[in-house]
Amino acid sequence: MSRMKTFNLPDLGEGLVEGEIIKWLVEVGQEIELNQPIVEVETAKAAVEIPAKWAGKVVEIHHPEGTTVEVGSPIISIDTDPTAGDLEPSAASLAAVDVAPTEGAVEPGLIGSPAPKANAVLVGYGPKTPSAKRRPRKGDTAPAPAAAAPAPVVPAPAAPVEPPAPAPGAGRTDQVALAKPPVRKLAKDLGVDLRGLVGSGPLGSITRDDVLAAQNGGGGGAVAAAPVVAIPAGEREQRIPVKGVRKLTAENMVASAFTAPHVTVFLTVDMTRTMQVIDRLRALPDWRDVRISPLLLVAKAILLAAKRHPMVNSTWAGDEIIVKDYVNLGIAAATERGLIVPNIKDAGRLSLRELADAMTALVQTAKSGKTPPADMSGGTLTITNVGVFGVDAGTPILPPGESAIVAFGAVRETPWVHEGQIQIRQVTQLAMSFDHRIIDGELGAKYLRDVGAFLSDPEATLLAWT
Amino acid sequence: MAKGGSPPDGELVQLLTPEGERIESVTGSDGTVYRADFTDEEYRGLYRDLVIVRKLDAEATALQRQGELGIWASLLGQEAAQVGSGRALRPQDMAFPTYREHGVLYCRGIDPIMPLGLFRGVDQGGWDPNEFKFNMYTIVIGAQTLHATGYAMGVTMDGKTGTDDGEAVIAYFGDGATSQGDVNEAFIWAGVFNSPLVFFCQNNQYAISEPLERQTRIPLYRRAGGFGFPGIRVDGNDVLATYAVTRAALDHARLGQGPTLIEAYTYRMGAHTTNDDPTRYRIASEVEAWQAKDPIKRVRAFLEREQIADAAFFAEVDEQAKRESLHLRERVLEMPDPAPVTMFDNVYPNGSPLVDKERERFVEYQASFEGSAH
Repeated sequence: MSRMKTFNLPDLGEGLVEGEIIKWLVEVGQEIELNQPIVEVETAKAAVEIPAKWAGKVVEIHHPEGTTVEVGSPIISIDTDPTAGDLEPSAASLAAVDVAPTEGAVEPGLIGSPAPKANAVLVGYGPKTPSAKRRPRKGDTAPAPAAAAPAPVVPAPAAPVEPPAPAPGAGRTDQVALAKPPVRKLAKDLGVDLRGLVGSGPLGSITRDDVLAAQNGGGGGAVAAAPVVAIPAGEREQRIPVKGVRKLTAENMVASAFTAPHVTVFLTVDMTRTMQVIDRLRALPDWRDVRISPLLLVAKAILLAAKRHPMVNSTWAGDEIIVKDYVNLGIAAATERGLIVPNIKDAGRLSLRELADAMTALVQTAKSGKTPPADMSGGTLTITNVGVFGVDAGTPILPPGESAIVAFGAVRETPWVHEGQIQIRQVTQLAMSFDHRIIDGELGAKYLRDVGAFLSDPEATLLAWT
Repeated sequence: MAKGGSPPDGELVQLLTPEGERIESVTGSDGTVYRADFTDEEYRGLYRDLVIVRKLDAEATALQRQGELGIWASLLGQEAAQVGSGRALRPQDMAFPTYREHGVLYCRGIDPIMPLGLFRGVDQGGWDPNEFKFNMYTIVIGAQTLHATGYAMGVTMDGKTGTDDGEAVIAYFGDGATSQGDVNEAFIWAGVFNSPLVFFCQNNQYAISEPLERQTRIPLYRRAGGFGFPGIRVDGNDVLATYAVTRAALDHARLGQGPTLIEAYTYRMGAHTTNDDPTRYRIASEVEAWQAKDPIKRVRAFLEREQIADAAFFAEVDEQAKRESLHLRERVLEMPDPAPVTMFDNVYPNGSPLVDKERERFVEYQASFEGSAH
């Protein structure tokens, strides 16, 4: 064995890849003892002294103080038999070059790590042998068995590693069948041999129904030969293809929920005066045939408040914010096809009467399933009337491209402090979600407060604001 | 109060002061008299244990720094707590260690190479727990106290308590572990079932970086009162007192009188493990104060003062320690790496078709490399 030894920086703390040379405690030419501290190294975990692995004479120090060194790189060379005469001058540096493992920091066992035979990676700094190169596989055309091993780095996009696809025929029966323990128990109880079955579950696993079908259908061999998923009577699960409105809703919700940072604020409002205004409007001869609901007044409140706080009616466009001076007011509508959000174009310019008519038309069209696509695009601010479903509040998700949405809860008769006394009042809850990239908590709160102020006292507010 | 400082007077059983002065006996609050009457040969033996255990530990730490062990949990400073309690065990007594009980392991007669295989990652420890009455190292903090409690309950069910030569069980853990649910559950079960168990807590003042003051508002040994069994604090740097207190608690247990909590008050002079840097969370003056209470120095002072040992003896012990540590080093470096395929061994006691298949695939995979012997 060579008397020249080169010490590589070990992994001092379970998974480190580098360390900084803080201070050399020995110098070239110095005679050192076994376990004599030679260097202070600081890693991400600790500053430690490394003791000499061999006694001898320091021949070379590979890195000056202050250098960050990769785990596995040579740091010191020691002549372990300095009394035996001169060394060849270049021996140290040659040893250093040879010893440095090129893949020393690679985790053991991972694909791309040093070959299994060089498995001295349990401790230290990976392979201790000079050759840390990956050994070639036998034969160029050999099927790559590596594919059979899990690839933890690159996620396999398509099929799992060993395709469990039903492959009836030879070789199949000695496979261990994939099945959950309760299914195994069922098969055992019923005397069904799992190995003869073709699974219809995830990854080709055998489900409870497969076992039941095999029992009803007779021999396992027949089942294997005809890999048809039998659906017995009394199916307990229903599979609904994701398409149409459901698909669009899902895409929109995911796009919005994971793009815009949502914040929701809440406000409880005494709407008694609004309800009274509604009654008075209904009594007006001109409004006799008009469908008029609390939602209309909430819409009005939202439109008026948006004029006072135009920033809520905006779109985040990456490097700029688009603030609109028109409001296309979206009304979330539950239809048989699912949730749709048609909008009333430029609703801020409409009179209350026009708004009422537009809302009535919009809802009727939506319910009949005839909303044209143009009505569903370009919304800027939305109301969702969760109160019609009997709930008090929600935390709505913004339609993509919008920065505020108001949820209107059920209007309930509630004990309420009114003018210093507890009275039964018509109270509702408003919830407003907004895009925090555009709207700060203060603006969001002010806006919702103004919506609430209108609903608390529509007449006074109207006079004050317009 | 300084972290890791001295406990209040009168709460610490001590038979050998840091200056090496012998205290004849200490009477506990329950009237138990603690004394350690050793022959000169036995005193020298304890000293030898302490020195060798420290030296082997230092060698293991160096081996880790040299890349030969993945990690090492040093016992530096806790030698007396481990040798004192380890020597107090009788052959039939069962011990449940943490991963730091190298001193107890040594006293049980286990080859000190064994834990190094574990920390080198080439085996799972290697000793037979039944043969040596010393369970495998437990890495999970506090889990072994429940194992010990179950074992102790079994000892009772086997009818092996109640006599002078009955069996007792000892569970080792640290101050940090006392905050674990497992340890508190063990206290409850052992207390309720009056199990023959000694809870041996080495309070080394730090749970990695967390000081004792964040583990407890009262001295740890007093916790036992709430669980219905006695607790006692002993100077964990005093090998004589640790021996006496542990022996008494083990005898109490073997006679069927139930568990005891021993708090061995000590200090971890080194890092929690080789991954840790204690200078980041404790001050040098605190470490210096504890250096004055070193467990080995006081025994040496005592041996010299009483002329129980001479310079030749100390030199001979140092020589033996050096020899054994070098021997340990040589053997560690020669430890064979296990064949990767052995990872499939011992997964199930009776084998498994899935694991068999995986082993087969793995062998094929290995054989696919050029130059492979397969």
